[in-house]
Amino acid sequence: MSRSRTRSRQVGGSTTADAATVLDVDAIIDDPTIEIVVCCGAGGVGKTTTSAALALRAAERGRKVCVLTIDPARRLAQSLGLTALDNVPRPVAGAGADGGSLDAMMLDMKRTFDEVVVAHASPEKAAQILGNPFYVALSSSFAGTQEYMAMEKLGQLHAEAVADGADGRRWDLIVVDTPPSRSALDFLDAPERLSSLLDGRLIRLLLAPARGPARLFSAGFGMITSALNKVLGAQVLTDVQTFVAAFDTLFGGFRQRAEATFALLQDQGTAFLVIASPEPDAMREASYFVERLSQDAMPLAGLVVNRMTVPAFALDGDDAHGAARRLRGRTRPTADDLVVASLLEVHARAERVAERERRVVKGFAAAHPRVRRVELASLATDVHDLDGLAEVGERLAAASSRV
Amino acid sequence: MAGEKRLHVVTGKGGTGKSTVAAALALGLAAQGRTVLLCEVEGRQGIAQLFDVPPLPYEERQVAATDDGAVYALAIDAEEALLEYLAMFYRLGRAGKALDRFGVIDFATTIAPGVRDVLLTGKVYEAVRRRDEAGAYTYDAVVLDAPPTGRITRFLNVNEEVAGLAKVGPVRRQADSIMTMMRSQRTAVHLVTLLEEMPVQETMDAINDLNAATLGVGHVIVNQVLPSPLDDAAAERVASGALTPAAVAKSLARVEDELGPSAAEGLLLEGHAHVARQRLQSHQRAVLTEAGAPVVELPHLEDGVDLGGLYDLGGRLVEGGVR
Ligand SMILES: Nc1ncnc2c1ncn2[C@@H]1O[C@H](COP(=O)(O)OP(=O)(O)OP(=O)(O)O)[C@@H](O)[C@H]1O
Ligand SMILES: Nc1ncnc2c1ncn2[C@@H]1O[C@H](COP(=O)(O)OP(=O)(O)OP(=O)(O)O)[C@@H](O)[C@H]1O
Ligand SMILES: [Mg+2]
Ligand SMILES: [Mg+2]
Repeated sequence: MSRSRTRSRQVGGSTTADAATVLDVDAIIDDPTIEIVVCCGAGGVGKTTTSAALALRAAERGRKVCVLTIDPARRLAQSLGLTALDNVPRPVAGAGADGGSLDAMMLDMKRTFDEVVVAHASPEKAAQILGNPFYVALSSSFAGTQEYMAMEKLGQLHAEAVADGADGRRWDLIVVDTPPSRSALDFLDAPERLSSLLDGRLIRLLLAPARGPARLFSAGFGMITSALNKVLGAQVLTDVQTFVAAFDTLFGGFRQRAEATFALLQDQGTAFLVIASPEPDAMREASYFVERLSQDAMPLAGLVVNRMTVPAFALDGDDAHGAARRLRGRTRPTADDLVVASLLEVHARAERVAERERRVVKGFAAAHPRVRRVELASLATDVHDLDGLAEVGERLAAASSRV
Repeated sequence: MAGEKRLHVVTGKGGTGKSTVAAALALGLAAQGRTVLLCEVEGRQGIAQLFDVPPLPYEERQVAATDDGAVYALAIDAEEALLEYLAMFYRLGRAGKALDRFGVIDFATTIAPGVRDVLLTGKVYEAVRRRDEAGAYTYDAVVLDAPPTGRITRFLNVNEEVAGLAKVGPVRRQADSIMTMMRSQRTAVHLVTLLEEMPVQETMDAINDLNAATLGVGHVIVNQVLPSPLDDAAAERVASGALTPAAVAKSLARVEDELGPSAAEGLLLEGHAHVARQRLQSHQRAVLTEAGAPVVELPHLEDGVDLGGLYDLGGRLVEGGVR
């Protein structure tokens, strides 16, 4: 069997359909009108790896890139030079060619929140907010704060990208990783969640006694505060009231910026990449997310199916099993025969898994025939250095051009 | 039964198999004749999905029966738990309704820090301690499908914070009792992981945090382990290149005459990738043993997780000492 036949078997065997539905990642990162790439997807599918790999590849192809990573694995962070946790982008040594460069940062959500408070409140008000126990809890552990701060940071980076730099712009492409939430939708929902918390009816109620005559409120209110006091403890409620009073003037700014970032995400200069592994759960998530993007009028570039199992040659799983059995059953099998029999079993498993994965991807393709897609084979080892990232980028691009 | 845990808390990095392992453990214990309550707290109806039953209400429902044991399931809902809690401590009938109207419940359970966790752990505590009229425990064991590693210590420890806030009164007494239960010898926190860098790292971090908070670590449960058909010697022959493409082709030719030389190369290529993956896993396995906690391994179920598979995993857990 010739090499080219082995290859065509890989492509033919996969569900990659035709050029019209193939996601060409190089076309995206080479497009000067694309300024933001957002990598979304369910937990653990490869968002961080893909965003770092694409950012590196774009830098190698001449773009000035900033990648915003979120909770990268320790060794990956180290290889990007992300050892100082100072919440600002730092140049990645040895990355970039043809005038391109790569800056990387790791989101520190609490710090991002603190910085916003400091930047927008008077010093004494800022001090009051930062020391408030309710604020401390909200900024470090409220579900959704990480997503919200990722958006806030993206807004900041984008503003900086345009403003800074002696020879024009500091960055012309920002690649954004998203937090490891179980649902990709959380990224889009979180800002609204936090906004409605800070802007909500209850907060306004809590705030009101500090401002106006209490008689404006129904008798029910006293009962509520007293119930809350019992459940939360009086101190907690006072903390919340103090926080809300201090935060009130900041709130409008928060909402405005969140809206601006949302608009940025809807801009044609943004490209969303949905990452999924070829498993039913992850694909279902991808499906929801694709539908949501379209509802929110956000530009979907396509789907990356990551960690596909791709057998290296064509031999049906059952046939491989049969061959293994026959090798083992020989009257006097050689040591090599036994190892080869085991390798045939490894292959048989890969064939079975690949078959199942293809079915899962096919299901997605049937539901979303117009969504562009690229499939990335599993690497043998983890991706934790620049070479590994370059390899992932290379494979992504190669998979797009194979059709 | 002395030595056996009354509360099993199952945590792990997202997606490693917490819900699967929690359900399997509940079945494994039930197969030993115990009556078990399986709880979930993340509002995801994972138990209903695993047992293929309609979404669970805030009510204990039997989801499996064995010869002498049974598994009941409960999806703990923080809002319902809050109303229950108010009724219990303050007899807040009317105010409870008013609270709902103002969105206070939503506020308190999703927003006010820790309240949600206080309510969830409070309900678990109630279930663990509940006794029937004869004075026997209603459940021999409670298995909790808990929040992921990143939040577990805070979750289990939340009543320590409450105890710090509320100096006296019924809330304080409850908080203290819950902490006593969480720290008891009969509570174990199990960590589910895969043999991959990130989940292993999170497991190690969580074990440190749990130890620092004096919460008892039970087993490390390595999930979705792929068995390898290659033994160490065979793996070494592949990795070192001692097994040449020509030798592979020769063996193949003995049993499959239609395969060309590229099959031999392909087979070796796959072999190399397989061995590299196995070695990475062995490395992570070695890292895990440094934690000092007992380890149980569960195989990857190739055809997905069904009831039979859950019983199989449950049996392995109990045999491995998780009980
Ligand atoms: N194509 C691939 N081949 C092999 N390993 C991969 C591949 N893509 C990602 N990985 C590995 O999978 C693991 C998870 O990847 P990654 O951290 O990028 O996922 P994530 O979606 O960002 O996860 P989280 O939701 O936890 O943030 C990492 O160990 C990474 O090295
Ligand atoms: N031993 C196993 N063999 C095969 N598949 C498994 C095994 N354990 C878990 N899975 C599968 O892995 C996926 C994740 O498992 P599960 O939902 O139990 O994880 P989880 O940790 O509870 O996830 P989450 O963090 O989203 O709650 C599911 O599709 C499940 O069927
Ligand atoms: Mg990530
Ligand atoms: Mg779960």
